[in-house]
Amino acid sequence: MSTTTTQPAPTGHQKLTMAQALNHALRDEMSADPSVVVFGEDVGALGGVFRITDGLTAEFGDTRCFDTPLAESGIVGMAIGMAMNGMRPVVEMQFDAFGYPAFEQVVSHVAKMRNRTRGAVTLPMVIRVPYAGGIGGVEHHCDSSEAYYAHTPGLQVLTPADAADAYGLLRAAIASPDPVVFLEPKKLYWAKEEVDLSAEVPGIGRAVVRRAGTDATLIAYGPSVPVALEAAAIAAQEGRSLQVVDVRSIVPFDDETVAAAVRSTGRAVVIAEAPGFASVASEIAARVTERCFHSLAAPIARVTGFDIPFPPPKLEHFQLPGVDRVLDAVDALQWETS
Amino acid sequence: MPTAVPVQLIGPDGERVATSARAMPSDADLVRAYTALVAARRLNDQAYALVRQGRLAVYPSSHGQEACQVAAAQVLDAADWLFPTYRDTAAVVARGVPAGEVLVLLKGDWHSGYDPYTHNVAPQATPLATQLLHAVGVAHAARLRVEPTVVLAMCGDGATSEGDFHEALNFAAVFRAPVVFFVQNNEYAISVPLARQSVAPSLAHKGIGYGIRGERVDGNDAAALLTVLGDAVTRAREGAGPQLIEAHTYRMQAHTNADDARRYRADADVAAWEHRDPLARLSTYLRGRGLLDDAGQQVADAAAEELAAGMREELFRDVTPDPADLFTHVFAVPTPQLIEQSAVVADEQSREGALR
Ligand SMILES: Cc1ncc(C[n+]2csc(CCOP(=O)(O)OP(=O)(O)O)c2C)c(N)n1
Ligand SMILES: [Mg+2]
Repeated sequence: MSTTTTQPAPTGHQKLTMAQALNHALRDEMSADPSVVVFGEDVGALGGVFRITDGLTAEFGDTRCFDTPLAESGIVGMAIGMAMNGMRPVVEMQFDAFGYPAFEQVVSHVAKMRNRTRGAVTLPMVIRVPYAGGIGGVEHHCDSSEAYYAHTPGLQVLTPADAADAYGLLRAAIASPDPVVFLEPKKLYWAKEEVDLSAEVPGIGRAVVRRAGTDATLIAYGPSVPVALEAAAIAAQEGRSLQVVDVRSIVPFDDETVAAAVRSTGRAVVIAEAPGFASVASEIAARVTERCFHSLAAPIARVTGFDIPFPPPKLEHFQLPGVDRVLDAVDALQWETS
Repeated sequence: MPTAVPVQLIGPDGERVATSARAMPSDADLVRAYTALVAARRLNDQAYALVRQGRLAVYPSSHGQEACQVAAAQVLDAADWLFPTYRDTAAVVARGVPAGEVLVLLKGDWHSGYDPYTHNVAPQATPLATQLLHAVGVAHAARLRVEPTVVLAMCGDGATSEGDFHEALNFAAVFRAPVVFFVQNNEYAISVPLARQSVAPSLAHKGIGYGIRGERVDGNDAAALLTVLGDAVTRAREGAGPQLIEAHTYRMQAHTNADDARRYRADADVAAWEHRDPLARLSTYLRGRGLLDDAGQQVADAAAEELAAGMREELFRDVTPDPADLFTHVFAVPTPQLIEQSAVVADEQSREGALR
């Protein structure tokens, strides 16, 4: 039914969008492990509204990739049972805010099952969530919901910022013995880049330095990583050397890599789209401060979304942390005292 | 028990269905509905064009479902409430909310573009089935306040799978709330056909387990809709508790302009519904009874054209939304943090150049 189903096997370099890389990851895990099943709303014939599951039903049959009745709590609840009985479900919440009906299942069961049963029952399942803004979406289509999940002990929370990571992290998530909330920055779905699918990608729990720099560290994840990289490129022209760290894995969090990076520069700005109050960005700032206090020349700054409901399309650019806000924050890192 | 066959008063051929015992709406009501149908169709087509012209971000069309849209508005009194979804723009406009205000959401200037209290129309709901519980709340409050209000709450076939749909039916039944749940079964939830959504004999049957009377109606027959919905509103108003109405209709276009329906359904499936078009049906009936002639059609067309012209005018008018609004409506009294953040944006605005 779909035209883009047959994609080349994952060998060597190829130009892929993040969406295609995610599709490859699902395909490869489904091929490697017959217990991997994919389900959700419109993931079958349609291939998902973002086409991440494109062609999976055609290739693996509708017992491996299938549409469910329209109920997110049902999707996650059933995935829990299937994971309890030998399968590895990968489910899709169609958009960030449409994952909320499943909140009860996620918080009370997905996150707690291992602990409640002293490790007897584990839930190897992945909840994929297209998230965040930057696509001109109307209300309920642009939430950055990572803090809800990150604040719930028992959930691993991952978010890739490029196609290679999307592939490697999603495969790692599916292979993980514990549940993962996999947040896909939808504004990055269509960016094409050269990817080597056979390359080793750092796994769950590892942050990476995306750009070397000596004057200050920009810490970002998901949709904010390209913003940080662009800011660093502009700063370089202005004679300031900014290092960029991609967090990748919000939970578990890589204190070691992030703190080492900040110690090397002595200054840091955390960048995230979500409202800043009680956020993942706040957590990162606090952790870095605790670990790097004596190496810091300025307090850690945060450039985040404002503490408002996500704006309508024509106002969203005011909410998204842009390059200028990042550079303003860098400028304010008390350079005169160093 | 819902009937095996949906109530139909006018067949696809425009003839009165002889077998139905249900009353035909008055001639005046039918003529009024027809004028509204013509306007609703024009609204759908104009909105679709406005998407292509880049003036609307997206439009979930009710093309083909206009009889449901119009009847939902027409059976309510001014003090009653309507709870619409994203697909029910035409119903909201038929209720009297200016199209320009309704389309603010899809134009992207703000979320709800109208004041719900002006016409007793709740904001269009996107999170599926959530609004049904709000409808129950409005109805229950009306009972406690001894007001004669009836609430008509709309949702799609897919939304009946959500937990909130079931909670809403049960709450309404337990509290005997005067709510009419109006399900437009257009056979699809984006790509998922009804058969994958439910194996119940009909969606109206879902009322049985909650002790709610369920009824099925031809969703492309404006006359049947006016009668069935009208009776349901009357029963709810007289204290009979909640009512569930399932209208059998069809989503003639893609889910929205962003959707590619050919990936999951054949054009032939859609074509099979062409001859059940709600406008043609009522037009044939009215003409056969001498209630509509070319002059009458022209009057309806002219009114619809005026609506479309108004939409174009509104949507081609570029308003620059004020970012200060982002901070003013979060709380009655902005938090100190919001005041600070609003000042940051104002400062950026006062500086030269566009933000990167
Ligand atoms: C809670 C929730 N989950 C998912 C969605 C995404 N979504 C929007 S419309 C839609 C299909 C709804 O189908 P139906 O209820 O039949 O209404 P229709 O669009 O056909 O009018 C879906 C899945 C949503 N809006 N809310
Ligand atoms: Mg539907």
